[in-house]
Amino acid sequence: MSKFGFSISQCRQIDYESNSRRIAEYIFENEPSFRLCIECGGCSATCTTGNLTDFSLRELNILIKRGENDKVRRNLNKCMLCGKCSLVCPRGVNTRNIIVMAKKAFQISD
Amino acid sequence: MRKHVVVIGGGVAGLEAAGQLTKVGVDVSLIEKESKTGGNLNKWFKLFPDRRSSSEVKNYLDGMTVNNGINLHTNATIEKFSRSKSSFSITTNAGKELKADAVIVATGFDLFKSERKEEYGYGIYDNVISSADLEEMFRKGIIAKTNGAEPEKIGIIHCVGSRDEKVGNFYCSKLCCVTAVKQAIEIREMLPESKVFCFYMDMRMGGALYEEMYREAQQKWGVNFIRGKVSEASETIENQLMIKVEDTLAGRPLKMKLDMLVLMAGMEMSKGGKKIASISGLHTGENRFFAATDNHFGNNKSNVEGVFYAGTCTAPMNITETISHARAAVLEVMDYLTDSKI
Repeated sequence: MSKFGFSISQCRQIDYESNSRRIAEYIFENEPSFRLCIECGGCSATCTTGNLTDFSLRELNILIKRGENDKVRRNLNKCMLCGKCSLVCPRGVNTRNIIVMAKKAFQISD
Repeated sequence: MRKHVVVIGGGVAGLEAAGQLTKVGVDVSLIEKESKTGGNLNKWFKLFPDRRSSSEVKNYLDGMTVNNGINLHTNATIEKFSRSKSSFSITTNAGKELKADAVIVATGFDLFKSERKEEYGYGIYDNVISSADLEEMFRKGIIAKTNGAEPEKIGIIHCVGSRDEKVGNFYCSKLCCVTAVKQAIEIREMLPESKVFCFYMDMRMGGALYEEMYREAQQKWGVNFIRGKVSEASETIENQLMIKVEDTLAGRPLKMKLDMLVLMAGMEMSKGGKKIASISGLHTGENRFFAATDNHFGNNKSNVEGVFYAGTCTAPMNITETISHARAAVLEVMDYLTDSKI
């Protein structure tokens, strides 16, 4: 297809029904503070990885909740688990553990 | 026989309550911890939403109290508080014992101490100031950096000490968003060459004429609004402030150099209020403010019969709400004094 210099564009809509929220459900169960995120972006502002690469914990949070898991899976390993994000979070979300739980959830589902 | 009510706190709520009680023929003793009345109102220069001078409100309140021969105790704190049958005994730090048939607690709020959010650098870096500090600059008519120069780029951080688990305050202080908008407009008026950026988590413009001010700030004054919680402020080697935030709507981390940073300090239960709670047995809530007995129809009532609340000692409120709340407290007091056999 690339030979022709065009491709079929993917639909940008979040297809709520066909998306699976099993990763989100696993995290809700094992790290309930995941529900408290208000998407303020404090975590992403302080994140070293986020300043250097296309990684935003705030974004991953919302993508997981919507079941947009592909981008989450591609990005999870960028996190260095330094935990600086949890020092900033105004809602007391255990942000670092969300990454850990998300990794576990993917392992289980794979 | 004339009744006697002690009002604790000479801010907006206490003055309004004292004034209204006087009008209906009740004797009032007003206790104020500072040397003059007005409370937090004295820290503000102009008020939202109509930018009227705070002194106008102060004059209205003093007019029916301080300048109307009210029994005022200044520099007075309360050391003892007791109730026997239907009479209260209140002893001040001067050793004066006051007897009362009912009490209105109007101990108000303290502004959140911005140095507690160490990551924003208040008291550490130059040119990080609080909303109250900025009001002081407005009063003096000059906005200047510590080196005397005019700031060109000014950042305003919302929710400092509010909605923040890290400082133990889950609640929204409700007035800081509109204060940010008001102050942003005032900065732009005084410094037409300046640029102002508000960093917010949510814009809570839920009051009369608030949204209109927000719109005016954008349309007429070009104030910029960036959605994201600032994670930290630092200083560059040129001694300039630098903040880090995620521009959540752009989905990208953002850094910005600023000449001045204004922190929108939230509201907390006052120190004086906490002391009264500890000696009187009045209940406080999870947010540390006094807990009224019912959120809908007992919003002025305390757990002690004959003690009523007025104003921001129960929750963050603006001045309009505070005055209404104080008037409602007076109505409760009148009901109580009429119904009871005292």
